Amino acid sequence: MAARLIQKILKSIGVNTSRFGQERLTDSTVHVKVSTAPTSARGFASGSRKVTLIPGDGIGPEISAAVQKIFTTANVPIEWESVDVTPVMGPDGKYGIPQAAIDSVNTNKIGLKGPLMTPVGKGHRSLNLALRKEFNLYANVRPCRSLEGYKTLYDDVDVVTIRENTEGEYSGIEHEIVDGVVQSIKLITEEASKRVAEYAFQYAKANNRKKVTVVHKANIMRMSDGLFLRCARDMAEKYPEIQFEERYLDTVCLNMVQDPKKYDVLVMPNLYGDILSDMCAGLVGGLGLTPSGNMGLNGALFESVHGTAPDIAGKDLANPTALLLSAVMMLRHMELNEHADKIQHACFEVIKEGKHLTGDLGGKAKCSEFTNEICGKL
Amino acid sequence: MALLARTFGRTLMQATAVRSIHTTSAVNQDSGALGGSRVTCTLIPGDGVGPELVYALQEVFKATNAPVDFENYFLSEVNPILSAKLEDVVASIQKNKVCIKGILATPDYSVAGELETLNMKLRRQLDLYANVVHVRSLPNVKTRHQSIDTVIIREQTEGEYSALEHESVPGIVECLKIITSKKSMRIAKFAFDYATKNNRKKVTAVHKANIMKLGDGLFLKSCEQMAKLYPRIQFEKMIVDNTTMQMVQRPNQFDVMVTPNLYGNILDNIGSGLVGGAGVVAGASYSAETVVFEPGARHTFAEAVGKNVANPTAMLLCGAKMLRHVNLPTYSEMITNAVNKVLKDGKVRTKDLGGQSTTQDYTRAVIANIH
Repeated sequence: MAARLIQKILKSIGVNTSRFGQERLTDSTVHVKVSTAPTSARGFASGSRKVTLIPGDGIGPEISAAVQKIFTTANVPIEWESVDVTPVMGPDGKYGIPQAAIDSVNTNKIGLKGPLMTPVGKGHRSLNLALRKEFNLYANVRPCRSLEGYKTLYDDVDVVTIRENTEGEYSGIEHEIVDGVVQSIKLITEEASKRVAEYAFQYAKANNRKKVTVVHKANIMRMSDGLFLRCARDMAEKYPEIQFEERYLDTVCLNMVQDPKKYDVLVMPNLYGDILSDMCAGLVGGLGLTPSGNMGLNGALFESVHGTAPDIAGKDLANPTALLLSAVMMLRHMELNEHADKIQHACFEVIKEGKHLTGDLGGKAKCSEFTNEICGKL
Repeated sequence: MALLARTFGRTLMQATAVRSIHTTSAVNQDSGALGGSRVTCTLIPGDGVGPELVYALQEVFKATNAPVDFENYFLSEVNPILSAKLEDVVASIQKNKVCIKGILATPDYSVAGELETLNMKLRRQLDLYANVVHVRSLPNVKTRHQSIDTVIIREQTEGEYSALEHESVPGIVECLKIITSKKSMRIAKFAFDYATKNNRKKVTAVHKANIMKLGDGLFLKSCEQMAKLYPRIQFEKMIVDNTTMQMVQRPNQFDVMVTPNLYGNILDNIGSGLVGGAGVVAGASYSAETVVFEPGARHTFAEAVGKNVANPTAMLLCGAKMLRHVNLPTYSEMITNAVNKVLKDGKVRTKDLGGQSTTQDYTRAVIANIH
């Protein structure tokens, strides 16, 4: 009974948001519209809203500063609340995110995050994973679109990967049964599969996407991926206006590098999403150019997914585009579409002109020069 | 002195390592000369366009006069009534030591409720543990990247393809991925031996050990250990998502890659996509005893059945590889050269390569170029 009521509410939100989506079709931008999370339905009365900022490690502080500067120039009604997520020892003796950071995101419901270092093989869980668990970030959305002015070998890429983010291969359940034999458990549940499938369809609807492709390997993992596939099929029936197709992971890999135009919105379990989203980013020029958003039950976290680049940290050489576009995604999530369009337009203009590109895009400009140029365009 | 002993020991180890694989080529040494005894090869046409491609292959073999006889078995999971028994096929491959195989379709469900696909069963029973796909740019095939030359070596008997799954309670499924040090060591050794034998410089281990710390960690550790025994071959490791990104951006940096099961499947397909699609890349699966040659990217291309449009290049190259393996290099070169000539001339192209020619036209063109 309660479930039906929630569904009804969700549907009504979905209808509303699709109207917004249509209005925005005119601009050729990375369409990001979120409708599942209750946050978007929540009214924000006051003029200025608080957003948690996690600058991150390495180049994180520089690019965060760049984003802040651009936002100030654009007069975005946002107040940043910068928090530090360096692990501290909790009362249970385990290292984890400081409570202050958790509280901040929990109150603000929205966060922007720079790159974080993941210690390899240090025993404790990666911070990214901890943040994901803490805020129940169940769907990772990564729009990949070819940028005008930055030529790659692949033109007209315009795909959105939506990845289940809480379970699957990354459940973290592993054990060594006997010496030299390890079992890793891939966990697929109906609840999480349905949730991400529903999000994918709502996203498609809200952003005027035509097609949702579920990427799976149910021919090999018949029960687990089979369950994921079934959930996607069930959900597809509720959205008859959106085209639905099922493709094997290997087929998608093969076709994506040959003809990326074949795909629109892709929804998949955790590992496949991780791999495909990075591959799609590769098609359009790398992780330095692609935004990413994580939708959760307790809030939404937007982040740049590139590394911390310790070799160029502090040298004013980093490219802030990914974090900036993620911040733009965030603005759309907060329904500050005007500001979002303005900033995105300025950013794309600067890249298109090609005079003030950072080193990773083949230019010579510094991070600050690139930032100033964007500010100038606003 | 100690240094000398160590170097000597190492060389000895590498030498034995090289000798222990590919025992099959030694088996058929006698038939080397033209006109020697004949070779028997098991042939599994597979599903989808497989039978059409195999027909093309047989026509080309006839034209070369290669001393090869095929033992034909129709094996299929989606067509159980027509399918030969798996035991018979396995016995035939074990007897002949070589097999050419089309792609078997793998349905999403099994009538008997089995989790293991026919493909998996075949690989397990023959212990075809190493799948080798050589991704190479072909002459005059227009692709985005040029001069790609990468070998992807994939473990294919465990990992995600273990077919161990269960529904703990309704709506919650767990699927086990098994990684063992024994099989990881074996595939790592195979990769380094392959690199040594084929004068390759570098082996890249592809993993996701930052997330699957124990499972992929074990695989990575095995590769690291093996790498120490091959000091002349450069070793690097790369996380799988980064690898796929690098593949589409700068594929030329890769030499030999060694991967667990699923990642290998992904990389095989990306690699094939980079050089022209599923129709042009040949692969092979090795056990200690037998070799099964099959296209590198496994797609049945079921929508093209009976349309005479499929590209037989991958299958023909599989045939050429098989001939080289049974020590009939002259015939092997005949086919490779003919295929290269047809591709280079570019007049006869199948649809996937931007042409309008049929499978039959293409096969005829290849036959016309066999000298």
